[in-house]
Amino acid sequence: MISALLAADTLDPLFSSHGVSWSVLAVVLIKVVFAFVLLLVSVMLYIWGMRKVIADMQNRIGPNRAGPYGVLQTLADGIKLFFKEQSMPTTADRPVFRLAPYLSILPAFLLFCVVPIGGTVSILGHRTYLQVADLPVGALFILAMSGIGVYGVMLAGWSSGSKYPLLGAVRSTAQLLSYEAAFGLAVLGVLIQAQTLSTHAIAQQQAWDGWGSIGTQWFWLRALVPFGIFLIAATAETNHPPFDLVEAEQELVGGFNTEYTGIRFAIFFLAEFMNVITMSAIAATLFLGGPSGPSLGFLSASGFVNTWVMPIFWFTVKVLGLLFVTVWLRASLPRMRYDRLMALGWKYLIEIAILWVLVSTALIVARDEGWNRFVVAPIAGGLAVLAFLTLYLAIPKPGERVEEFH
Amino acid sequence: MGRLSGFGVTWRQMFKPRLTTEYPKVKREKPERQHGRHVLNRYEDGMEKCIGCELCAGVCPAHCIYVRGADNPVDDPVSPGERYGFVYEINYLRCIHCDLCVEACPTEAITESKLFEFSFTNRADGIYTKDELLVDDEGRAQRLPWELWAGGEDDHTSSWMRATAPSGDATYEGRVGWSGELGFGVRPPEQGQSADTPSLASEAPHFDEASPDR
Repeated sequence: MISALLAADTLDPLFSSHGVSWSVLAVVLIKVVFAFVLLLVSVMLYIWGMRKVIADMQNRIGPNRAGPYGVLQTLADGIKLFFKEQSMPTTADRPVFRLAPYLSILPAFLLFCVVPIGGTVSILGHRTYLQVADLPVGALFILAMSGIGVYGVMLAGWSSGSKYPLLGAVRSTAQLLSYEAAFGLAVLGVLIQAQTLSTHAIAQQQAWDGWGSIGTQWFWLRALVPFGIFLIAATAETNHPPFDLVEAEQELVGGFNTEYTGIRFAIFFLAEFMNVITMSAIAATLFLGGPSGPSLGFLSASGFVNTWVMPIFWFTVKVLGLLFVTVWLRASLPRMRYDRLMALGWKYLIEIAILWVLVSTALIVARDEGWNRFVVAPIAGGLAVLAFLTLYLAIPKPGERVEEFH
Repeated sequence: MGRLSGFGVTWRQMFKPRLTTEYPKVKREKPERQHGRHVLNRYEDGMEKCIGCELCAGVCPAHCIYVRGADNPVDDPVSPGERYGFVYEINYLRCIHCDLCVEACPTEAITESKLFEFSFTNRADGIYTKDELLVDDEGRAQRLPWELWAGGEDDHTSSWMRATAPSGDATYEGRVGWSGELGFGVRPPEQGQSADTPSLASEAPHFDEASPDR
């Protein structure tokens, strides 16, 4: 398996044969610019779509003034924020205060770079993957970038030189770090199955092979529990309701971004919604097969439609489905209480994710070593259930008196 | 479903009709007795109804009405009686449209129209004087440049508004007792009133049928 990781076919064919020439550079630049623009436009459309869908769910009309069906509403909001005055508290740490919004938006952009939105295509005569960069450690990169996003929140609150943003930042950082653990373990659930860190290789392992591949190839069934944990943890990571305590506008004085105005404030929100989109894209890549889906059989397999259009179409369908779920959550669920949030993360998600990872590791090892899986599976599963029950009983329940250590 | 039933609620809502009225494009029917901008009415012969008694100014809880009466000029009277409203001002920065002035008025001179879509950019425009409040020679409310009169809204601008009889006498409640006015003549009774009670004109003399406790 290690050899598969280093095999030549996991490298982007763009760099494999002919060193770095101008046209290769041009291909990379095109991909970078396209990903940048795509992400910005999709954020714009997502915010509009979210407002429209929530309006539907509340018997309202939603934005309908700017552009056809109000589709330019987000653009109008952005232009307004861009031209607004920017204020900065006198006690603020000025360079850090300026830096913080970019610290939270950069990871959102970089995360999208490792997501394959299509298969292998040909641009300017070069065969290449339809993703900005296929890192050999793509999955680690995902975890690292979502970790760096926390710095934006923390530094924004700290550098504001004001106590409410600081409290908000501490609150938010605690939330983001708590769910970072569950998030990482959920990703690990897929990595154990895929045995590679490259996102392109993970997507390729889930390649379409008839309708049965939805269950057999795609990882969501083999990593069912991590899939659920990933969705919950990613929702918490992106500060989406019902986990939006990071900026709890109504009851907790905004949060880390209280002192921010104008375009800097807009960048925080841009980053938040961009994170929702990239997280959905990553969930689609890791669990739902990414661009894999039935191609049009009556057209040539190497034609434009089947190499470009259909993979991107299936990828978009999956991402849109996941985005609809986030909007549905937003419309349906009230915000969680903070202690419940922490309890869910620490007492349940992390435990379940660890146990799942241990059991599936045992099964993989059993497979590779040729042990009898009908012996290994019950033992590992039984031990996991036992461990969970032990931990569950040790967890204090609401209203239970706990003898404290002094 | 239990805790997840909320998702079903939001899902079902998506297929229900929208409740929003697209206000500037679509306007809902206004209530019969909507309280809007005032008008000062005139009789059928063009005489002003206001007699300058200042009852409206006295009853106004917002102190937004300023009235000064004066003796009618003998050769060219403004109103049928002895006095007329020489100055009549309403400050719409203060008016709360409670309609107490309309109820207080003994001559149905001041009533409220349905107009509420008017705005101004300085204080002077917010203080309406007789020049703006008085109906025109057709008996219609003046259409000032900063007011948005939608079609038909000025049809019901005048004394139809009265809920009680002149002088607030309870005996007259629900009866048509208003006088003729410019542009409209004597208005027909409102629906529901004529069926319940015979019209005032057919009873002569009407004080005879007064209840004993009166």
